[in-house]
Amino acid sequence: MQIIISNSSKEPIYEQILKQIQTAILSGELAEGDALPSIRQLAKDLKISVITTKRAYEELEKAGFIYSIVGKGSFIAEQNLDVIREKKLKVIEEQLSAVISNSKEIGLPYEELQELLKLLYEE
Amino acid sequence: MGMENVIELRGVSKALKAFTIDNMNLQIKQGYVTGFIGANGAGKSTTMKLIMNLLQPDKGKVSVFGLDYANHEKTIKDRIGFVYDSNIFYESLNLKDISRIVAPAYKHWDDKQFKFYVKQFELPLNKAIKKFSKGMQMKASIAIALSHDAELIIMDEPTAGLDPTSRRELLDIFQEVMVDGKRTILFSTHITSDLERIADYIVLIDEGQILFDKPVYELQEQYAIVKGSTELLDADTEAYFIKIERSPNGFQALTKDVAKVKEVFGEHAVIEEASLEEIMFYMKGADHPYD
Repeated sequence: MQIIISNSSKEPIYEQILKQIQTAILSGELAEGDALPSIRQLAKDLKISVITTKRAYEELEKAGFIYSIVGKGSFIAEQNLDVIREKKLKVIEEQLSAVISNSKEIGLPYEELQELLKLLYEE
Repeated sequence: MGMENVIELRGVSKALKAFTIDNMNLQIKQGYVTGFIGANGAGKSTTMKLIMNLLQPDKGKVSVFGLDYANHEKTIKDRIGFVYDSNIFYESLNLKDISRIVAPAYKHWDDKQFKFYVKQFELPLNKAIKKFSKGMQMKASIAIALSHDAELIIMDEPTAGLDPTSRRELLDIFQEVMVDGKRTILFSTHITSDLERIADYIVLIDEGQILFDKPVYELQEQYAIVKGSTELLDADTEAYFIKIERSPNGFQALTKDVAKVKEVFGEHAVIEEASLEEIMFYMKGADHPYD
């Protein structure tokens, strides 16, 4: 996989790395047991500090996406994709609830909201 | 082994004519790049000289690799590559002579490595060092430091006098030598953008005092430049800022508690990431520097 980071993005660099690896896992591009580049090699390749890639890997490890073996490197952990999907769905539900209550506050009818969603989804 | 300190200064004091270092504590972590910043005369070079035993502390302890200079000077120096701006070499010598004279002084001199860097930096082997530009002299001392397998590379303003292309090449080489995790780099610089790329930790010094020693992400996450109308300022809100600059058009200030500022000012202020340069600028002569 390739990781592309933006130095001018508002999103911290470690988060950009974290999200791109997460996406690669969820999309199946990275599978269980696949090796990630070493923390130091990745820092060199991306021209960023070691501590930044280290932070990204630590967060991924905490969230159970990867595991590390001292002296060997970091690998993609076994993913329970159903569980991850379930969690994502829950987040989506919460976000949609917020959208609905905001819409009701300004009296936006369901049809218009649906239209708006369709428009944004297809963007 | 975990987090190991390759350099440790404990309660170090040193009185010089121009200024004093008083009770300085500093730890440099093994395997990382630490950037050392501060204005001219802030004490960067003095601190580095204390670390190199070119100056001895009046009080306190300096240890490198967990060893003290009183008993282990030769062992320590053998494992350090020191690069600083005034030319340390015999002026009329060329690099060929130098590799012959310098090499035997080190246990782990690697002539192949030295030739590789000389070529990489496009340095002439047969030209007298005194005829080198400042940038070339710097590259020459970096080539030597990298050729005796130094575990600790200490550099005083290594990128000063280098053009942007050479600076980038040099940063690439520093990143390359950090890949195996065995080395540690400590370097001082005025060019803070170099540090924004490769430094893991930043140490800021002012008037002989360490103002902070933090991982770069902490600086990015906690510090910010805040701009807004002076109407937002009162005794309570002023306390969130390290230093405030006011003008008829509003204020600009540095905070190290960006979460709090966001919570209190919300959309009423512009909040931007602070560059190292801005942090340095506002910390100098700060209203609340040490809290």
